[in-house]
Amino acid sequence: MSDLPPILAHWFETRGWRPRRHQLAMLDAARAGKSALLVAPTGAGKTLAGFLPSLVELIEQPTDGLHTLYVSPLKALAVDIQRNLLGPIEEMDLPIRVETRTGDTPSDRKARQRVKPPQMLLTTPESLSLLLSYPDAAQLFANLKTIVIDEVHAFAPSKRGDLLALCLARLQRLAPALRRVALSATVADPDLYRGWLSGDGDLDSVILVEGDPGAEPDIAIMLPQERIPWSGHSGRYAAEQVMRQIEVHKISIIFCNTRSLAELIFQDLWAVNDRHLPIGIHHGSLDIEARRKVEAAMAAGKLRALVATASLDLGVDWGDVDLVIQMGAPKGSSRLLQRIGRANHRLDEPSKALIVPGNRFEYLEARAAVDAVEAGERDPDVFRPGALDVLAQHLMACAAAEPFAQADMLAEVREAAPYATLPEDMFDRVLSFVATGGYALRAYDQYKRLTLDADGLWRVSHPRFITQYRLNAGIIVEAAMLTVRFRNGRSLGKVEEGFAASLAPGDTFFFSGLSLEVEGVKGEDLYVRATSKPARIPTYGGARMPISTNLADRVRHFLHEPEEWPRFPPDVREWLEMQQRRSVLPAPDKLLIETFPREGRHYMVVYSFEGWNAHQSLGMLVTRRMETAGLQPIGFVSSDYAIATYSLKPVTDPRPLFSPDILEHEFVDWVQESALLKRAFREVAVIGGLVERQHPGKRKTGRQVTFSTDLIYDVLRRYEPEHLLLQAAWADAKARMTDVGRLGRLLDTAAERIEHVDLERVSPLAVPVLVLIGRERVAAGTVDDALLIEAEALVAEAMCGDSDINHVA
Amino acid sequence: MVPFSFAGTEFVALAPGALFWERRRALLVADLHLEKASFYARSGQMLPPYDSDATLEELAELVAQTSAEEVWCLGDSFHDAEGCERLANETRDLLRRLTSEARWTWIAGNHDVGARRLADHCGGRVLGEAEVDGLLLRHEADPREMRPELSGHYHPKLRLTLKGRHVARRCFVATATKLILPAFGALTGGMDAGDPVIRKALGNRAAQALVPLADRLLRFPLAA
Repeated sequence: MSDLPPILAHWFETRGWRPRRHQLAMLDAARAGKSALLVAPTGAGKTLAGFLPSLVELIEQPTDGLHTLYVSPLKALAVDIQRNLLGPIEEMDLPIRVETRTGDTPSDRKARQRVKPPQMLLTTPESLSLLLSYPDAAQLFANLKTIVIDEVHAFAPSKRGDLLALCLARLQRLAPALRRVALSATVADPDLYRGWLSGDGDLDSVILVEGDPGAEPDIAIMLPQERIPWSGHSGRYAAEQVMRQIEVHKISIIFCNTRSLAELIFQDLWAVNDRHLPIGIHHGSLDIEARRKVEAAMAAGKLRALVATASLDLGVDWGDVDLVIQMGAPKGSSRLLQRIGRANHRLDEPSKALIVPGNRFEYLEARAAVDAVEAGERDPDVFRPGALDVLAQHLMACAAAEPFAQADMLAEVREAAPYATLPEDMFDRVLSFVATGGYALRAYDQYKRLTLDADGLWRVSHPRFITQYRLNAGIIVEAAMLTVRFRNGRSLGKVEEGFAASLAPGDTFFFSGLSLEVEGVKGEDLYVRATSKPARIPTYGGARMPISTNLADRVRHFLHEPEEWPRFPPDVREWLEMQQRRSVLPAPDKLLIETFPREGRHYMVVYSFEGWNAHQSLGMLVTRRMETAGLQPIGFVSSDYAIATYSLKPVTDPRPLFSPDILEHEFVDWVQESALLKRAFREVAVIGGLVERQHPGKRKTGRQVTFSTDLIYDVLRRYEPEHLLLQAAWADAKARMTDVGRLGRLLDTAAERIEHVDLERVSPLAVPVLVLIGRERVAAGTVDDALLIEAEALVAEAMCGDSDINHVA
Repeated sequence: MVPFSFAGTEFVALAPGALFWERRRALLVADLHLEKASFYARSGQMLPPYDSDATLEELAELVAQTSAEEVWCLGDSFHDAEGCERLANETRDLLRRLTSEARWTWIAGNHDVGARRLADHCGGRVLGEAEVDGLLLRHEADPREMRPELSGHYHPKLRLTLKGRHVARRCFVATATKLILPAFGALTGGMDAGDPVIRKALGNRAAQALVPLADRLLRFPLAA
């Protein structure tokens, strides 16, 4: 095993520490010149393990140029790591410069970094991509030795991961000796990440280093003093119990699945906060200043509890947190572990966590998550082929740096794992898209962004296109947002434009822990004042995380295996026993469908367990088929576990409704009509560089994207339905918005798995699904017209007798 | 198609955002913004080069449907003054056929102002504004104008949130003496019909947004 240089060994000693086994293993990998993937739980000293080889090299062979790049998915995290890395460097008085470079770095410092780079640069995938777009990139990175990618599990299988993989391929060309290092939380299949990191799929080139497992976490399910509710999915009923837990712990983090829920829980907790303990709130919509303030208060130990969302899933290490509470279903075992990891960063002591299930199904899900964690089971990661819009952006970055030959560039792109099997003709189409928009029927020959020069190299045809690229580069496309402000100009954060549009002056909503009354919208701002009136629920931040396949499988087994039930609380047991008596318990290999009449309607409940996204899509498709079959469907609701439709006529044979050809026919029609594809198109149009977010000299926001991408979409679909960007939008819509993979699996096997039970009345299992009815809306093709007609009638009624207007007609 | 009367004249509002003047057999449209995509392509945003085809094909269909003998384009027919010179050959042929088959008038707008060669390239005649049977046709509404007036320029759109759905439609905006047409171009965006800028152009009089559907015309009052 490697020896540490004396100064480092001494530093460890004075702290009373010893380098951990995996930290030294990372050093061995470096000395062998190998790339490495470190998989270790939170609190294992991962960050130091990632940097240790670089520190050793820089101590043993001091160099002046850029030696190590550190890439993290979060800007804030880079700041945090800087603190943790700078500490040791300062204490050892090492002549190593460390700097950060993100979108927030002032431009004069960015310019200086290119001229006189630090030995270690901390950055994000987007900033790295931009750095590679400068002509001096080749020189800057020529002696780069190591790239360290932190929290790789959080973004490798995403578009940001695609961009980073392309950057890796480029860096490797500029610095052939470059070693790739990635740090990851525990994942289901480390080999997938080794493959991603290697680029060429050669697992042997990436050494796997596994950290020692920490102490088993201590996870309990919090049961209510009374019964577990039938409905709801927030655990709001438990505010009082949660407050008592906060009181007896040092610092608690309360995780909520959505931003709106976080606001509600925060209000509920304050209502029972008799001792006035300092409690804060943190989520992605809040103003950056507000978030930084709360983070600083946490770091200083000034808060007793923090209500948070996924915005805290990653990063920031607070040490003193001794309890994590998950409100509502955990959705996945990896996600739960990640959150639990926020508590207690000492490996030898167990982290303590509580799950508060929102309803009976969620109790089963919580139980499944606890079992999965105990069994060491993680959620599977799904890697997909690299996104074409990201490739387009990368090609523009490369061209901005220096002219390239088409064949060389294709070879380089294929060295990025997500693009390893990219067909040549697809690459050519992406290149043609970057150069001229890639239109088949009519070309912009006179306006080219890239031109092929006499030497056969592609080069940017005018410097202004480089400026445009740099202004608009980036992978995260925000929905159009409005800033929430007080009259005095103070900003509280942002809400989605769609949510703001649903508010009228006088309406109230919870935000940033306050009850706010709307005064009005002006330009990009939603003006509000604080109010004591009770608030309605904000519905911004609508993304929902579906239950993972492994937890869904466990829940299915619970339902069918009564020998598991003694572990459950009495009311859950009773609920399942009643289901067994009144109907059937769904077997894991069956698809249970119940039909029953109720209050003049006919219900069909499908227990498919494929998660909310897939169910939402399936509900749309099945009700369409019911419409065609003359069953007169009125609507449907879906949860992570089941779908319920209701119609005027009964479903007597559900089989034809669930045949796999639904994906070939109705699915395509539905997605094309729905807003899903337009939303996906907006994203690929921005990332791919078809439309600008900002024009040089003009500040634009998401709201003011130069064009309505919906209109572009309509024209393109009519004249060139095979266009690259429409294909990219399709791929996105299928993968992320409809969960078509899970939907397909469900439908492919439905015919032989369906177990149809016709009942006289509602079954116990159906209750948690049915109580959702009335909260979700049904959308159909011509529904907008119908809504407009209805709205006109209402308005006419309210406004009749307005003489100034009537004579227009 | 339900007719409505404006300033004593019968019109039909057509769902794609055009106005048919039955007595004159005239079709009125505003803000075609032809060649908007190629305008932006020059500066690096390679929008689909099919917007002029989309707009003109839709217009040709309406002309055929209504058997219009007269067509009035109320300004900003091209996105910029050079737009008419960039038309692709087959698109120009379509447009020349249209302008030769009907009495065609281009009212000048602010985008295509100075497009002196517009008539040479595309046929039809170019006017600053026109008075037809007591109605003024111009690009931009003049709040001081007392006579009945038809115009374009503002691209009005009605935006409503109904039962949690956002619905946005191109619409006409009408007062007793002013009628603003929606934009007809395939790539033209919109401005909220209740926007203060539009209200000001209407002299801050009470107005209605008119939304044509296939079989009816919906009216929504806009605050004065």
